[in-house]
Amino acid sequence: MVSLNSYLMLGAVLFSIGAVGVFTQRNALIIYMCIELMLNAANLTIIAFARFLNSMDGHVFVFMIMTVAAAEAAVGLAIIISLFRNKATVNVDEINLSKG
Amino acid sequence: MQLLIFNAFCVGAVVSALLMVTTKRPVRAAMSLVATMSFLAGLYVLLDAHLIAVLQLIVYAGAIMVLFLFVIMLLNVEEKEGKLAGKTMLLQAFATVVVGLVMVTMVGLFKANGSLGAAGDASDAFGTTKAVGQMLFTEYLLPFEIASLLLLAAIVGAVILAKRRIDDSGTE
Repeated sequence: MVSLNSYLMLGAVLFSIGAVGVFTQRNALIIYMCIELMLNAANLTIIAFARFLNSMDGHVFVFMIMTVAAAEAAVGLAIIISLFRNKATVNVDEINLSKG
Repeated sequence: MQLLIFNAFCVGAVVSALLMVTTKRPVRAAMSLVATMSFLAGLYVLLDAHLIAVLQLIVYAGAIMVLFLFVIMLLNVEEKEGKLAGKTMLLQAFATVVVGLVMVTMVGLFKANGSLGAAGDASDAFGTTKAVGQMLFTEYLLPFEIASLLLLAAIVGAVILAKRRIDDSGTE
């Protein structure tokens, strides 16, 4: 039987990898993917807790998180498309429209 | 047996996640993320969350990643391999170290505190479509309806953001 700690540790490792990706990548699309990875790590943690607490509320939570992730991906990618149309780049270092 | 499967999925998920954050090509990153999500779906099955595992494959690895690939295809971004400025590089190294420290702390905390104890055998209904659906349509009906509103708002928002302006379209 796999212990809860193993799942939590895997969740922490995946979340950290996602966070490092957000900090190190300069491509807006890959940054979005890293955010998705962080959401997935949180989902894994919730599912693991749901199993070990023997309660299915966590499954509903994860369902809602997936809904929000889908909405976020749709709107975020639309923003990236309109940004690319205006600036012809998805490199976040070159996008400084609100810089004073 | 379960431990073996867990370890295999665990290594697969971490390796493909690392591949994702180290590559510069968006398509390669998207494919690695699909692999990570598939491994996570396997872990969900291991945790008796059958509905969520299938949803993970259909919604995440299917729908969301196809959306990503479509956008990559539409944008046709050429990779710029050029080195980043020194200051940014330093900032990145700093951020990586900080995140690493946070992770080490979290793992240390998990090691220090006791576990929740082994889960007993789940009942047959645990995590099935019927059981989760029953909760969704009784206890969590209001959040469910609000989620549908959120999706509607996201559809409208995406269309408004991504379409060309009407005065732009005449010039094409």
